[in-house]
Amino acid sequence: MNRVPLEQKVLSENDRVAAELRARFREHGVLCLNLISSPGSGKTSLLECTLESLPRDRRVAVLTGDIQTDNDAARLKRFGFPVKQITTGGTCHLDARMVERHLADWSLANMDLLFIENVGNLVCPSSYDLGEAAKIVVLSVTEGEDKPLKYPSIFLKSELLVLNKIDLLPYVPFDMNAAVENARRVHPAMEILKVSCLTGKGLHEWLVWLEHRRRAIKPVETEAVT
Amino acid sequence: MHEMGIACEVLAAVRGEAKRHPGNTPRKVGLRIGELAAVDPEALRFCFEAITRDTDMESLELEIEICPFRFRCLSCGHEFVVQNYDSQCPQCADMKTECIGGQELDVAYLEVEDHEPSAAGAKSTQ
Ligand SMILES: Nc1nc2c(ncn2[C@@H]2O[C@H](COP(=O)(O)OP(=O)(O)OP(=O)(O)O)[C@@H](O)[C@H]2O)c(=O)[nH]1
Ligand SMILES: [Mg+2]
Ligand SMILES: [Zn+2]
Repeated sequence: MNRVPLEQKVLSENDRVAAELRARFREHGVLCLNLISSPGSGKTSLLECTLESLPRDRRVAVLTGDIQTDNDAARLKRFGFPVKQITTGGTCHLDARMVERHLADWSLANMDLLFIENVGNLVCPSSYDLGEAAKIVVLSVTEGEDKPLKYPSIFLKSELLVLNKIDLLPYVPFDMNAAVENARRVHPAMEILKVSCLTGKGLHEWLVWLEHRRRAIKPVETEAVT
Repeated sequence: MHEMGIACEVLAAVRGEAKRHPGNTPRKVGLRIGELAAVDPEALRFCFEAITRDTDMESLELEIEICPFRFRCLSCGHEFVVQNYDSQCPQCADMKTECIGGQELDVAYLEVEDHEPSAAGAKSTQ
């Protein structure tokens, strides 16, 4: 018997496409963010609030993934920004190829910010790099404060945790301190924002976070040009 | 839920490598899966068996090494397995630590069996 070392990533093909996308985003100074949560935590709602508050001349685009329907794209198109639905037809996550394909007829040169709303699923999307600058995990207060410990992979890989639906805190026995502590146990450096897409509470801090993150992207581009 | 896709990628990697060893049958493929890789080893085995059944890869064995969740202390350099998500350094009690293991999803190796060149020749006479 002869043992041949392979030492390759199982998802090396996805990683290769994702690396190409990342290089293109970087070249054009596009901040790409990958939003992940279980079904119904409020990814689309957060994007609705975000698009609603952005000036119309902002160069923002959205790709939104679902197994079926283009409901989310329809909700997001109302704000006048380019939005495209990715319907996976059964696949429980987006992969880099799907993103590449759906970006094909958009010009990255005309884009500053690209949101990708992943398929509602707290497990599988964490394995697939989409070329994003950061993953953002959304968790709503009706889901329980133990989720970071039950689904550690996505919390470990996400730069930011958005705790959504805080307007419901009076009605559910959700321990906010425990949720924050659990998230930081898995990912000590994790940034955490508490918001309500219904009342708008905390959305200002989210927009500040976005702007801060977007500015951090730009110098890379000017650096590359000079 | 995505173990089927993972199994297909593993099989593709095996086939790609097997092409470089003509006449040698792949016997075993070694995977490294991190505790936090969001991949269930049993589901992966099930999918792998399903896609190799009744094919030339039917007898290919899957060996899975589970890699623990590990941190390195940024102050003293100590590396440790994380128990119960406690990221504090057990050596110097510092809280500044970084993740160095537990997210692996790698094809580590392939074992191929050498065949006697005559075996293939003998078979083709019938
Ligand atoms: N009370 C309350 N409800 C919210 C909030 N944010 C979202 N919702 C509601 O939660 C439900 C699901 O929200 P979506 O934005 O569709 O969630 P999603 O994560 O995009 O769902 P999928 O794309 O299907 O995975 C909707 O009925 C929203 O109105 C919030 O802050 N407070
Ligand atoms: Mg949605
Ligand atoms: Zn230490």
